[in-house]
Amino acid sequence: MKSCTLIIDNKEITVPEGTTILEAAKKVSINIPTLCNHPDQQVKANCRICLVQVGPDKLVTACSTPVKDGMNVITHSKLVRDTQRGVLELILANHPQDCLKCIRNGKCELQKLCEMFHISKSNLEDEIDSLEVDESSPAIIRDHRKCIKCNRCIEVCQEVQGVGVLSHAHRSVDYCITPAFEKKLMNTLCVFCGQCTSVCPVGAIYEKDDTEKIWHALYDENLHVIVQIAPAVRVSIGEEFGFDPGTKVTGKVIAALRRLGFDKVFDTNFTADLTIMEEGHELIDRIKNGGTLPMITSCSPGWINYIEGFYPDLLDHISTCKSPQQMFGALSKTYYAEKMNIDPSQIFTVSIMPCTAKKYEAERKEMSSYGYRDVDAVLTTRELARMIKSASIDFANINEEDFDDPFGITTGAAVIFGATGGVMEAALRTVYEVVTDNELESLDFTEVRGIEGIKEAEVDLNGTPIKVAVAHGLSNARKVLELIKQGKCDYTFIEVMCCPGGCIGGGGQPIGSTTEVKEKRIEGIYDIDKNMKLRKSHENPAIRKLYEEFLGEPLGKISHKILHTHYSPRNEKLDLEYLQKQYEVAATEE
Amino acid sequence: MDRTVKVISKNFKKYNVESIDEYIKLGGFSALKKAFDLGPKGIINELKISDLKGRGGAAFPTGKKWEQATKVPGDRKIIICNADEGEPATFKDRYLLEYDPFKVIEGMTIAGITFNANEGFIYIREEYKYLHDKFKKAIQLTKENNYLGQNILNTGFNFDITVFSGAGAYVCGESTALIESIEGKSGRPRLKLARTSEKGLYDLPTLANNIETLAAVATILEIGGEEYAKYGTKNSKGTKLISLCGNINKPGAYEVPFGITLKEIIYDIGGGVKNGNALKFLQLGGASGPIVPASMIDLKYCYNELNANGINIGSGAILVADETNKVVDFLKSVQDFFLHESCGKCTPCREGNRQITKIINRFVNDEASIEDLKTIEKFANVMKYASFCGLGKTAPTALLSAIKHFPIEFYQHIKTVRKTS
Amino acid sequence: MEKNIGNKNLIKDIDSILEKYDFDNHNLLPILQETQSLIPNHYIPEEVAKYIALKLNTPTSKVYDVISFFSSLSDKPKGLHVIQLCKSAVCRLNKYQTVRDILERELGIKMGEISDDGLFSLEYTACFGACDISPAFRIDNRVYGNLTEDKIIEIINNYRRFNHG
Repeated sequence: MKSCTLIIDNKEITVPEGTTILEAAKKVSINIPTLCNHPDQQVKANCRICLVQVGPDKLVTACSTPVKDGMNVITHSKLVRDTQRGVLELILANHPQDCLKCIRNGKCELQKLCEMFHISKSNLEDEIDSLEVDESSPAIIRDHRKCIKCNRCIEVCQEVQGVGVLSHAHRSVDYCITPAFEKKLMNTLCVFCGQCTSVCPVGAIYEKDDTEKIWHALYDENLHVIVQIAPAVRVSIGEEFGFDPGTKVTGKVIAALRRLGFDKVFDTNFTADLTIMEEGHELIDRIKNGGTLPMITSCSPGWINYIEGFYPDLLDHISTCKSPQQMFGALSKTYYAEKMNIDPSQIFTVSIMPCTAKKYEAERKEMSSYGYRDVDAVLTTRELARMIKSASIDFANINEEDFDDPFGITTGAAVIFGATGGVMEAALRTVYEVVTDNELESLDFTEVRGIEGIKEAEVDLNGTPIKVAVAHGLSNARKVLELIKQGKCDYTFIEVMCCPGGCIGGGGQPIGSTTEVKEKRIEGIYDIDKNMKLRKSHENPAIRKLYEEFLGEPLGKISHKILHTHYSPRNEKLDLEYLQKQYEVAATEE
Repeated sequence: MDRTVKVISKNFKKYNVESIDEYIKLGGFSALKKAFDLGPKGIINELKISDLKGRGGAAFPTGKKWEQATKVPGDRKIIICNADEGEPATFKDRYLLEYDPFKVIEGMTIAGITFNANEGFIYIREEYKYLHDKFKKAIQLTKENNYLGQNILNTGFNFDITVFSGAGAYVCGESTALIESIEGKSGRPRLKLARTSEKGLYDLPTLANNIETLAAVATILEIGGEEYAKYGTKNSKGTKLISLCGNINKPGAYEVPFGITLKEIIYDIGGGVKNGNALKFLQLGGASGPIVPASMIDLKYCYNELNANGINIGSGAILVADETNKVVDFLKSVQDFFLHESCGKCTPCREGNRQITKIINRFVNDEASIEDLKTIEKFANVMKYASFCGLGKTAPTALLSAIKHFPIEFYQHIKTVRKTS
Repeated sequence: MEKNIGNKNLIKDIDSILEKYDFDNHNLLPILQETQSLIPNHYIPEEVAKYIALKLNTPTSKVYDVISFFSSLSDKPKGLHVIQLCKSAVCRLNKYQTVRDILERELGIKMGEISDDGLFSLEYTACFGACDISPAFRIDNRVYGNLTEDKIIEIINNYRRFNHG
């Protein structure tokens, strides 16, 4: 490859052709300020902050301009600084300045720029758009007064997830990011994955904060408040307290939750193991009895929302198992209530999830089949961190503690639910041994691990080879669904996770979930699995006990009542008849 | 004395555009025939001799542009003719579409021969909708007579033209925005990671030219590059279509040789300022062009002399404003235009236009402060240096030139602060 | 001047437009333009936009983006005839304000409104290249220039006669 030699702020550097000025500057230790730029996304160059000077009277954006041989780049001439400050002043004049009240206070990329440029005074008159905040959904809030129009959310919504709810529309001062016809999110096919909230540089789109609801429950003496923690949270929440991504802080989270006042602290991994038992047997049953294949996993609520909205005809492929969160909730109001002799109505079940769609899932009408709501409130990783900070808990130095019984004993198979490919791997570990009665030589199905969009593997089940696939990110899921639709799919079992990377990349995870960070979280997850004594769900003694004491057998009567469910189409219905009628009337009137 | 010339415009109103025979009688399609004889190299050579520069505003030498483009490999290539004439005060392309559509078709086909492209798009602004069908008819007639379509004049060369209607967006005159809208998207300029000639429409090699440039190409091949180059000055050869309008006695589209003075254009061609009023200023090149005070009308209308004075020929619009107009009122209409037309994509253009509009309104309403003058100048420069595309970069041109030439007019609208005694 | 009538086979007509353009979302702009021309009030209702999005297998948000971006497309109904008055620089020099006042008086509505009989919408537009006959307005696709009071009244009355007569 050809290389270019150029000068950046008096420093000569040689870089490969095609390198941008922004990247080249990093190599000489200059971090040119950016705003719309995101390491995992296409170059957009629409905020115009990253200006540099490349000629006596010429500024270009460093993010979008490739270096040229002999270029002389100045990153902070008077013209550059004055113009950058001018651009920032323009953004600020259209941005509400209630930073202290903003959910992104302290984690806002615009705030950081302001700190950097220190704009103490501007002659511009503020003009904030008077737009209504969209609080229609239980998961995501959109405050587009704060939107700086960087278009990052559009890229995740349109390209990465292929959901296509958010787009730009209008022009000039009316230019905005919006669903079609300015609909509220709840009235669109939004899947509530929250990937938009995770890439938003400011507080224009964010998780619905339910922390007050939790405080309220915790302070209510009549309530027995219990909590479950999803696998992906334990390798990411540390980031909020200065730990590196992927650092396992399970024991610290448990301790912090007890300090917050939860009566019992449990592990969602327990019901992840239970999911494997139920889903594994469902798969075996479908294979044996000619059920709909391929069977597709159902633990990811964003994914469920997607297939309901975009491929309702394929809903039969979805496993009937509820997600681990909901299975936990169901057990908490039945098995656990009975065991503890507490009236289910007095149990308040909270979950800590890496996910915004879990909030929507918990409120689904399907999730209270036996008279009680499975899960009463869902907090994202970010919200839990907020609560811990608010309670002045010194998370970094708190001593580790252990989960409570009976939902505290778990396996390595459960923890890997947090990474793409994990559910598949966990299921294979169990299904193989149940079907063949042989012990697996190696528990690591490395083919299904990693960040590649669609992964495949083949397993021999007593002479019957089955093909399985793993997809994460909805645009990858769509590819697999299209294969099924066209009858070209030879997979027997498919794992789909809504978010790229799986739950460790969920929309409720700490801000800054870049691919690099996600890979470290995934490493953390497999590290936990490797060090677990038990690594197969069917070997979990607490699960065995649960079947003995309560459920009977996988896919049994009780399971069906409380652990399984069905989903329904959610696609847009067009009222064409109405439309046609309207025009016939118009025609006759003439 | 008639100062206009009839070179590119020689056929205007000389024939019935529904009759291709009348066009042929006037020498029509002789350029096309010559183009086949010359081949790409010969065509480019003729253009180089003529010294034709792109008439869309950038004034890049057409011969050189086409020469570079011919080096781009590709099986499927596209010609785009930009007839999205959206610059306010500009209407000369309308004359080309209305009075000489065959010449435009001929020019596009010659571009096709040169670039080895078989598909052409002419992007005509929606506002000229009443001309779309007329143009389609001309395409149809040309095809029927084998000057367009399959195996043109038995040369084996195929070329077809599609009329694409704009939909009311000034920014679509910018070629990447124009391409986005043909591709079915909203017409916002896109990041150009490669030249349009390499990756244009549908990422195919695309040669995009302004309609006047293509009409000039057809003219040059008809009369010869040398003949065309006889018009004009040493550095600005040839002729230019202008749109003369405003407070002028004889508004209209005219063709002038480069080198004519602005004064001659206004008084000899335009018949002088309306109602015998005194001239106050001109705006050259449309809304995105600078304001030129009456004191500068002895300037020659040519690339060199205008550029030396910070003026671009731009769209060829010459707007005449008389002494009764207030500069700030005029700027308001320019500003309102850009506020309406900004695509909204980048910060400087979206927010800059918003803020500058507010401040100009304060000047119009006599409510401005002395800070306001500094502030608009500062943010006009932010727009000029930082905007994503040409729209935002040139939107403050009129304002900046007005501040330079008519500073007093701004002071007159600053709210006087009365001292309390 | 074309008389607008309601469309009895709207869906069928939209289908034939879609077919003409091969159900290719790259042709979204002409599809929307031709669809809008089928609808008497010069707009694209939400249901129609959704229908087109569905048929083109493209998100409705992108269809809405295009409708909201271009001035000649609308998602809100207008009058049967849309009067667009130019207020760009040249028409300002030639006193478009006078034309506006006459129009508002004759139609009994303000700029941006629809007349009570639904016959006319009155709106501003950017320059449409009729500066040589400024001041000018467009009614639907037709341009009227060198406007005087008598001429404006005559034009308006012609449209009224045509639609009521």
